[in-house]
Amino acid sequence: MQLPYTKKTLGNGLDVIVHEDHQLPMVAVNIWYHVGSKNERPGRTGFAHLFEHLMFEGSAHHDHGFFPPLQRAGGLLNGSTSMDRTNYWEVVPTGALELALWMESDRMGYLLPALTDAKFNNQRDVVINERRQNYENRPYGLAGMALSAAMFPPDHPYHWLTIGSAEDLKATTLDEVHAFFKTYYHPANASLSLAGDIETGQAFDLAEQFFGDLTPGPVPQPIRGNAQLESSHDLLLEDRVELPRVYLSWHSPAMFAPDDAELDVMADVLAHGKTSRLYRSLVFERRVATDVSSHQHSREIAGVFQVACTAAAGVALAELHTAVRDTIAEIARNGPTESELERALIQSEANFIYRLQTIGGFGGKGDQLNAYNVFRGDPGYFDADRQRYRAVTAAGVAAAARRFLVDPPLVTLSVVPRGRRELALPGAIEVSVS
Amino acid sequence: MLPNGLEVRAVAHRAVPIVSMVLLVPGGSSVDPPDRHGLTSITAGLLDEGSRGQSALDVADRVSRIGGDLDLEVGADAVVVGLTTLDRFLETGLALVHEIVTEPNLANDDFNRTRNLRLERVRQMKDHAAAMAERAFARTLYGSHAYGHLAMGTEASLTAMTVDDTRALHAALFAPAGSTLVIVGDRSEEELLDAAAALFAGWRPAASPMTVDRAAALAPPPSAPLARLAVVSRPGAPQSELRIGHVCAARSTPDYHALLMLNTILGGQFVSRINLNLREDKGYTYGVRTGFDLRKGLGPFVVQTSVGTDVTVPAIREALNELRDIAQSRPATTDELSLAFNTVSKGYPRGFETATQVARSVAQLALHGLPDSYFEDFVPKLAQITQPEVSRVAQEYLSLDRMTTLIVGDLDKIGGSLPELGLGPHQVLNIDF
Repeated sequence: MQLPYTKKTLGNGLDVIVHEDHQLPMVAVNIWYHVGSKNERPGRTGFAHLFEHLMFEGSAHHDHGFFPPLQRAGGLLNGSTSMDRTNYWEVVPTGALELALWMESDRMGYLLPALTDAKFNNQRDVVINERRQNYENRPYGLAGMALSAAMFPPDHPYHWLTIGSAEDLKATTLDEVHAFFKTYYHPANASLSLAGDIETGQAFDLAEQFFGDLTPGPVPQPIRGNAQLESSHDLLLEDRVELPRVYLSWHSPAMFAPDDAELDVMADVLAHGKTSRLYRSLVFERRVATDVSSHQHSREIAGVFQVACTAAAGVALAELHTAVRDTIAEIARNGPTESELERALIQSEANFIYRLQTIGGFGGKGDQLNAYNVFRGDPGYFDADRQRYRAVTAAGVAAAARRFLVDPPLVTLSVVPRGRRELALPGAIEVSVS
Repeated sequence: MLPNGLEVRAVAHRAVPIVSMVLLVPGGSSVDPPDRHGLTSITAGLLDEGSRGQSALDVADRVSRIGGDLDLEVGADAVVVGLTTLDRFLETGLALVHEIVTEPNLANDDFNRTRNLRLERVRQMKDHAAAMAERAFARTLYGSHAYGHLAMGTEASLTAMTVDDTRALHAALFAPAGSTLVIVGDRSEEELLDAAAALFAGWRPAASPMTVDRAAALAPPPSAPLARLAVVSRPGAPQSELRIGHVCAARSTPDYHALLMLNTILGGQFVSRINLNLREDKGYTYGVRTGFDLRKGLGPFVVQTSVGTDVTVPAIREALNELRDIAQSRPATTDELSLAFNTVSKGYPRGFETATQVARSVAQLALHGLPDSYFEDFVPKLAQITQPEVSRVAQEYLSLDRMTTLIVGDLDKIGGSLPELGLGPHQVLNIDF
């Protein structure tokens, strides 16, 4: 399986990537702006994401909601913001492609004249409600914030989550929106992919027609950040939860860096499916936990390896914490078994193929081409990416585990029911997150 | 149709070397015995906890060795066993589905382990505002009707259950006659059908001390809800989780297409009236939507959203206004109808992009006895819906007098303002029901 494409860069610096797939009479439009919450600064967190909301509120030549014309055309559309990038996409019937391109072009070039205080205040309220719904009012919903804050120092761009702090959101002004737009939202900081029922030549013509005359700005400087834990931290958070949960969090390689794939496989071996080490031992056999999870969250300039484990009623978090550390140490000594490795690699291969099923939307082919282009400068990285996983060996997984998860310091976080701080790991220090 | 009564449908889907199979067994959580709520769900959940004498770990190992994505889903009206895998594992995948469905171990130890995990999950649901709202709303609308409980069951019903109950239900429910197997993949239809027949032709129904009451879902629900205005208290909650609606209609209604248009205009998409009002105009919420949850029996109409605690009352008032207006003073306009029609009809092919989407759609045809021509007829039928028809179904299917409003939120903060809604006294629901 391949993900074939053609790429050209317009005179103004906009990358255009085209992938033909004539299975359905539809085209997926996907734009990445290389800006995320890591481009924010302390005191103004949540800004990139709030800005994403404003991109749906109309632009100079279409000063109405972004949705109605595209929905009328049968399109599906959305956008999202991560720490590293912001994406916008539409999947439209082939006949509505020009409409989608025109609208994307108008908001890339002419958003600000249409932006009013009323729209800004409204979307700030919406985002504050999004924060309440997905973080504050959700069991364990604040754990991610507490962990990021502890893993990265206050001036590191991964110290905060994309949703930001409610206080910062309230302090943000419309002037700051203008400056942000001018810095990050222009052709030279964006990548456009068109995937689906379209001829490559025609696709480039349309891209030139709709985006070619937009003025570029300077390409923003890459964001850097250095983060190391000097020592381990044991934290505790009280929450409206029934069962205590412990999180263990380590610094790990950035996306595509050496050992990233190895730690991805490590996460799989630890906690993916019933046959994984931790599920099997803690949930299936000993029945001391109700669930386990493990992820290598690799991002553009740093990664975080995380394990989480929820205690069964009456089980102490210390017992789970010890079991997780011991299991990791065991794999670091002897590596995963042949059968564990084989399972993980088949799963990884299947996931690559599953990702080729859709042309658009989050994780569809258009989104992947942009991801490879923005983070690797190479939309054709699909095959090399698969190769990274095929090359993973048991010894490699063990070595990565030793390097990142055994000796280095880590942050542990106990999330316990309100008023039950005695259920946290001994010595854990309370953190406040709001 | 195989001689044992299993209906097999195959669709060639040539996009990527992936095969998706769905076995649909009619009778979901609505066939739970009244004192065994959650039995269908736990029985379905036990299918991959060991089969043909092999352990749960063996089954999991086999699924992961084919890169498989195995899904055991229990809805109100059906159990769906779905497996998506790579094309080269078609036969292995089918054999696996066949084995876990027809010969699960249903062993006592696995039952106890699974039940304990479910008991913990039920306890955890009490911390989850949306889960509490779902549970309390079903109960308030349907009482002891077959749709009055969630698939998961309750602490009491799970505790009362035994492994023998799961064996009896398995034997009674999982039978070839009435069930449908759909396979969608990168092969010819003949090849897919042959592969299915080779494995499933020998499936025989088992004898059971239990009978499954598939008609329970069709019984009339209570004529009035248990409460018009109900509150589940959640001290300190920053938002109120809301459900507003009433028992409404069955999937078999001749007004299906008109209701779909009504819902799209009212609350079924981003630019719907209710989302534009509560989110884009007022900023009360991150999002709000409405839905007609049409089932074999009478399913509910529901508005669902989560709003800031301090705007709970105005948000409810605006939502109720939208429901009233579209049925009375501000009926859907021809322009709104044309937008809704275009949205749904032009976006229709998107629902058939992946093998899994196709398999699930075809299984729905079987569940509801819809004709093979259903997908082809869909857009032409939708095109016939007129503005007066949308108004008619709004009046016929939405009734302000019957609406229940349920709030999961901080009662201390909002209780004082609830009388402003004019919905009468509120009833506080116990979350341990």
